[in-house]
Amino acid sequence: MPTVFGIPMAALFGQVVLGCVNGAFYALLSLGLALIFGLLNVINFAHGALYMMGAFAAWLLLGYAGIGYWGSLILAPLIVALIAGLIERLLLSHLYKLDHLYGLLLTFGLALLLEGLFRQQFGVSGLPYAVPPELQGVWNLGFMILPIYRGWVVAVSVVVCVSIWALIEKTKLGAILRAATENPTLLAAFGVNVPLLMTATFCLGAALAGLSGVLAAPIYSVNPLMGSNLIIVVFAVVVIGGMGSIMGAVVTGFALGLIEGLCKVFVPQVTATAVFVIMAIVLLVRPAGLFGKRR
Amino acid sequence: MNKSNLFLTAAVGLMVWSGAAQAQFTDNKVKIGVLTDLSGTYSDLAGQGSIEAAKLAIEDFGGKVAGVPIELVTADHQNKGDIGSAIARKWYESDGVDAIFDLVTSSVGIAVREVSKEKGKIDVNSGAGTSALTNDKCSPTGFHWAYDTYALANGTGNAVVKQGGDTWFFLTADYTFGQNMQAQTERVIKVNGGKVLGAVKHPFPNADFSSFLMQAQSSNAKIIGLANSGSDTINAIKQAKEFGITQSGQQLAALLVFITDVHSMGLDVAQKMLLTTGYYWDMDDPSRAFAKRFAAHMNGKMPTMVQAGVYSSVRHYLRAIEAAKTDDGPKVADKMRELPIVDFFAKNGHLRPDGRMVHDMYLVQVKTPQESKVPWDYYKVLRTIPGDEAYQPLSESTCPLVKK
Repeated sequence: MPTVFGIPMAALFGQVVLGCVNGAFYALLSLGLALIFGLLNVINFAHGALYMMGAFAAWLLLGYAGIGYWGSLILAPLIVALIAGLIERLLLSHLYKLDHLYGLLLTFGLALLLEGLFRQQFGVSGLPYAVPPELQGVWNLGFMILPIYRGWVVAVSVVVCVSIWALIEKTKLGAILRAATENPTLLAAFGVNVPLLMTATFCLGAALAGLSGVLAAPIYSVNPLMGSNLIIVVFAVVVIGGMGSIMGAVVTGFALGLIEGLCKVFVPQVTATAVFVIMAIVLLVRPAGLFGKRR
Repeated sequence: MNKSNLFLTAAVGLMVWSGAAQAQFTDNKVKIGVLTDLSGTYSDLAGQGSIEAAKLAIEDFGGKVAGVPIELVTADHQNKGDIGSAIARKWYESDGVDAIFDLVTSSVGIAVREVSKEKGKIDVNSGAGTSALTNDKCSPTGFHWAYDTYALANGTGNAVVKQGGDTWFFLTADYTFGQNMQAQTERVIKVNGGKVLGAVKHPFPNADFSSFLMQAQSSNAKIIGLANSGSDTINAIKQAKEFGITQSGQQLAALLVFITDVHSMGLDVAQKMLLTTGYYWDMDDPSRAFAKRFAAHMNGKMPTMVQAGVYSSVRHYLRAIEAAKTDDGPKVADKMRELPIVDFFAKNGHLRPDGRMVHDMYLVQVKTPQESKVPWDYYKVLRTIPGDEAYQPLSESTCPLVKK
């Protein structure tokens, strides 16, 4: 069997595919973060908590309303978006005039609060959530075994990322959004309801987090801390991609998933730090990130 | 000073002196500390449940021992060794705490052990796994109660190899506990004629195990040994099922699993898994009776071996105080070693010079969803492993307190 640096090619391909799966989660989450930062200028530390709430919403819908995976895929992001809407209207919207730091502190506090509440209610061990019967089983790709569900996650992520990109780059709504990012005051003068636009964007970002949560529920342990473990990497992804850059977030998300996958084959111990090493290098060479524009 | 004053002074002096002679208690009370993880990954298997267990033990003494009241203090060590040892130091030095219990997480267990040893105070560890506590890190006033890595490796490793699982691949959490666990299981595998084909160290904590599972899969080992715990173990098992690893003939052996982990995975995922435990709530009438009392305080949750161990150890500590009539660390520790331990947790337990509480362990298998009749009905007990067989022989202990 051909090998690369002593690793069989088959194993390498396998890790590349798995890297894509993880990258799919990074891309979805960092896309939401980038959207929110782009328009609201808020560094949303509560993003991990929103992701966690998406997974819990799926679990609660199944346990208390008998709504299965497919229903949750639609409903859970809506529920998370609704909660996010309340947060934005009641709390966050009062902070836009102040320094970035206040939004960051508020969302960080909210994240701790939400995690604490869920921990109090559900404990930390996690809750079971099964893979839907339609997506159970594995594909044998010859060089690896790929669970059908993982393939599904990548497919959903790609479709959602492309749709969001098209929405922002190719539609009138997207044009208004981009305009609001550039100059909200001028846009308001044209009669556009900018505060509403901001709420909607925050809700959309949150819904993406909620959707990732539902997608994650069958593979990861559904527990209150699941978001805080992931969010740090996702922040690194956004920074590497360039704060607020949609394309950057998506591309970097997938790329970092791949790099992590390769790390796991060659030097598993550095997997946890690899992302941050890359972040440090990128910040040194291109302080605005790979896809970011200097402002 | 007039005569009556002199008389009064003498009387008061006598009273103080006689009080001191009767029973020797610092600040006239026994103060127990439960130092545990109240917010992190181990807060379900120890945490609030350990505090409730300690309360139940105190309640069984009527809140008093040898005529003085028992007080309970609790704190969250956040699974950090430095925080744990700082709290322990403060408790011993300025808060008058006499003994500390639970001490989940190996790094915290070792850090607090150092402080307790230095202060001549008692620490009874029910939560941490590392067998270092009864080897290099042993202390004349330190005990290890519920389980350790040696007994887990011994129980599960032996059983699995004897069933034909003689080639292993390890997924190991990259910190003290994981490495300790792997090394001790490897020893058991080799003694039984098995082989270790490989191992991969994963970051702690870690959510995605797919890459590591793929490496394990391509090693063609019959058994994938999980030398990790908590959410790492849960994620690894959940994803092994997803990747069809168990269907393709490989088996998982999780080396440290608590009943709360099984509860979290669900029987559908955990079924048929072999594991070793120091306590199961549905063993006999006494174990069920304790579990019922515990569950009444804990929202219907059943106790883990850590929480049951906290009850058992607090109870034994208080019994030793009652017999020794003092809260002096070394004297109580001697008494604890002298008295046998007989309760719902340990049928025939005793404390060795290295601080190990030797008691029977149980090899259990997780039930299938069909076999499970009531909530928390999760285990079938396959074998009772006698304490002397389960734990490291005293002759192998590297503890300097063991006379050879």
